[in-house]
Amino acid sequence: MSTDLEQFYEIFFEESSELLADMETCLLRLDVNSPDLEDLNAIFRAAHSIKGGAGTFGFTDMTEMTHMLESLLDKLRKGELEVRSEMIDAFLKAGDVIKAQLAGHRGEGQADPTVAAAVCEELKRLSDETQAPAKELTNPATNAETVQVEAEVAEVEVSTIDDSSKLTYSIEFSGTGMSDATLENLFANLKQLGNLENLTSANVIDLCKLKLTTDKSEEDIWETLAFVVDPATLKIVVDTRNKNEAMAIEPEEKNSISTDAKSIIDEDEFSMTDMPPAPGYGFFPGAPAAPQDIDDAESSLNSPQQQSANNSKNEANATLNKSSSKANTGAAAPVSEASSIRVSIEKVDQMINLVGELVITQAMLAQTASQFDPVVFEKLHSGMNQLERNTRDLQESVMSIRMMPISFVFSRYPRVVRDLASKLNKRVELKTVGENTELDKGLIEKIADPLTHLVRNSLDHGIEVPEKRTAAGKPAQGTITLRAFHQGGSIVIEVSDDGAGLNRGKILSKARERGLPVHDGMTDQEVWLLIFEAGFSTADTVTDVSGRGVGMDVVKRNIQGMGGRIDIESAFGVGTRISIRLPLTLAILDGLSVAVGGQMFIVPLNYIIESLQPTAADIKTVSGHGRVVQVRGEYLPVIALHEIFNLRPNVTEVHEGILVILEAEGHKAALFVDDLVGQHQVVIKSLESNYRRVQGVSGATIMGDGKVALILDTAALVMTSQQEAV
Amino acid sequence: MSQEQAIAATAKSSGPIPSHMANEFLTFRLGGEEYGIEILKVQEIRGYDSITQIANAPEFIKGVVNLRGIIVPIIDMRIKFRLGTADYDQFTVVIILNVAGRVMGIVVDGVSDVLTLEAEQMRPTPEFGSVIDTEYIMGLGTVEERMLILIDIEKLMNSGDMGLIDQNIN
Repeated sequence: MSTDLEQFYEIFFEESSELLADMETCLLRLDVNSPDLEDLNAIFRAAHSIKGGAGTFGFTDMTEMTHMLESLLDKLRKGELEVRSEMIDAFLKAGDVIKAQLAGHRGEGQADPTVAAAVCEELKRLSDETQAPAKELTNPATNAETVQVEAEVAEVEVSTIDDSSKLTYSIEFSGTGMSDATLENLFANLKQLGNLENLTSANVIDLCKLKLTTDKSEEDIWETLAFVVDPATLKIVVDTRNKNEAMAIEPEEKNSISTDAKSIIDEDEFSMTDMPPAPGYGFFPGAPAAPQDIDDAESSLNSPQQQSANNSKNEANATLNKSSSKANTGAAAPVSEASSIRVSIEKVDQMINLVGELVITQAMLAQTASQFDPVVFEKLHSGMNQLERNTRDLQESVMSIRMMPISFVFSRYPRVVRDLASKLNKRVELKTVGENTELDKGLIEKIADPLTHLVRNSLDHGIEVPEKRTAAGKPAQGTITLRAFHQGGSIVIEVSDDGAGLNRGKILSKARERGLPVHDGMTDQEVWLLIFEAGFSTADTVTDVSGRGVGMDVVKRNIQGMGGRIDIESAFGVGTRISIRLPLTLAILDGLSVAVGGQMFIVPLNYIIESLQPTAADIKTVSGHGRVVQVRGEYLPVIALHEIFNLRPNVTEVHEGILVILEAEGHKAALFVDDLVGQHQVVIKSLESNYRRVQGVSGATIMGDGKVALILDTAALVMTSQQEAV
Repeated sequence: MSQEQAIAATAKSSGPIPSHMANEFLTFRLGGEEYGIEILKVQEIRGYDSITQIANAPEFIKGVVNLRGIIVPIIDMRIKFRLGTADYDQFTVVIILNVAGRVMGIVVDGVSDVLTLEAEQMRPTPEFGSVIDTEYIMGLGTVEERMLILIDIEKLMNSGDMGLIDQNIN
């Protein structure tokens, strides 16, 4: 492959992944009983765009697979075959294979050729079932079109070839602005297609003339050229002086022949393909925009392709990026090209870091400025206020770059649910609510696995088999709902099902079997949390889906690692709802700064319920040393921060200091500190990058005065207090 | 911090260009002894101020400081090796090291100068009971009447007994 193409690899990989995801979404949406032609077309377009790209880059395995996909899809599209659910399964499998192949080309792992071959075979079998009518359509492959683009800047004569015959093409294009190396590469690529004659006069770079004799279709030549040559200047004409007499038919005659093959593009259709310039260098005008535009002959795969060229020079930069977006939108409302850009994540992270520093500097300045007399330095103060507002806005907008809608995660679950439900013989509908809720990209990546676990669990343990459901008076089809929404400074993601619910008795007896400290007086909340214990499973039998008791503890650990927490609500026989609460972003935290013995600590705000100054009477000791405080009828353990961190506090009596009531994982505790200092938004810095993990500390931050303050690992603190209390 | 700046200046205007096999060392004092560390491992020298303690850390880890947005742990070598007296004033010096991709600071009694040692000025370490395990000593250097203990600072800082790095990583 030429080095010129390598820069497009990454774009191709990304585009293909997106196209595959689109394809899967469409496949899953497809109703077997009344397939929507639009969806079929969308799937077809996706497969075709991938094929086009893969062909250009020489990824033959992908080309083969997408080709098989296309053949079958094409028949479905034309109504020659009925859509059956096994086909959709086959398509999904093919999608997986392409994904694996894509990963293979990316250098991540290796695609299994045997799987690919098996899927190919299956697609072929499905498509061969009505081979007979399909043959009829591909046979009269001697039609052609002459297509005149309005602007007449480019002109492409379209022709067809017999599979066996070779054809000579005259190719003309402008070589302006192309390096010698590029041209050489291009010629080398063309030579691979067939016999190439270079008719270009040595000193005329502006107009390259080539003669190519090949058995390849014009589409292939176009594909080879389009990435290098300005399509506006590209002209490919079938050399009718060729010996092959069968081909020497005037365009008019060809038209009349093609009528039989139902391949006339009428005016309307053509203007449609003309509207978005170069309708996808997917090179497939047959990829239709509207159902009535399906053109049988041209879209069957080995048959002739029409090319329309593009009259706009601006559009001529034939990057894959553009081509596939065109292919996606087809002739439907053209989407603005500049709606998004791809930026490497490092750049964004660097920007976030810098903004973080800016916020710190601004806070530092503000602190200094506050010492000046507001009357004398009025301008300074108003300037400082403005700076603060601007930095806040800047920070918000920079942070929002990293935000992505959660639909990126949710979109993968229809497939998971579908596969699993058919495996388990259950009927399940997946509902998603709030897909547009945005959260940090880093979180998106990390949340996917835990969420998959929860969805699988809901399906396997939660939803009952249809018979059982009907017997219980529930609809035979179960429902799993994925819901995401913002609440305060966090995002809540819920996985709920209307299945059997958690069985308290069963969990308790299992827990006793495993020797966990349980008793009948535990609250439901406490009992449910037991399912997060390592190795805990209430499944009667171990299946390959779940039941090994591995998973929920990992889920919990992952969620906690993200600074989130997980809650379960369940009613036996009615359903279960598991909600995950995550901070909006990983980088910035809302915190309350507290002082203990001259040191400053940050308590994450989302753990704080309230802070209060207790009276001496509220403090009770338990068995001499453990202290509890009575808050609104509840006895909460008191965690003295100075004891944990071995500091010398300014106040030692609880009622002289402040208690901050914390809640983590369903437990509450009161943190005893000297003083409350203020509320801050802090940029989280890792202690581990230069030091190591410290017990009770989740990170560090830099305060307005340039000093380092440690961020308390609230959940861990509360948990230690619980263990001590037990 | 005029002294600190002066030291930084000497550190920068370091002597002649080192010949082959020669190494440049930053020398510092701990109690009555003189130590040397490879100059390339030194990022900068600064004063000792506004340190944030870390809970339950060993005594010689004084805490962390903010070094232009980076959180850097500070180790007091005087406490670690029980040399000299660990008191802190405006003359206390922190050497900021950059070893193994990590940034950390060490508190020493004072920084003397930057010396270029030829290969013949370096002697192998004899076996003796030193406060620093001989494993971490590259050799002994002689400059006129002075003896320098040359420390392999990278090895020392990565070792388990410094407690700077989570050992479970390894």
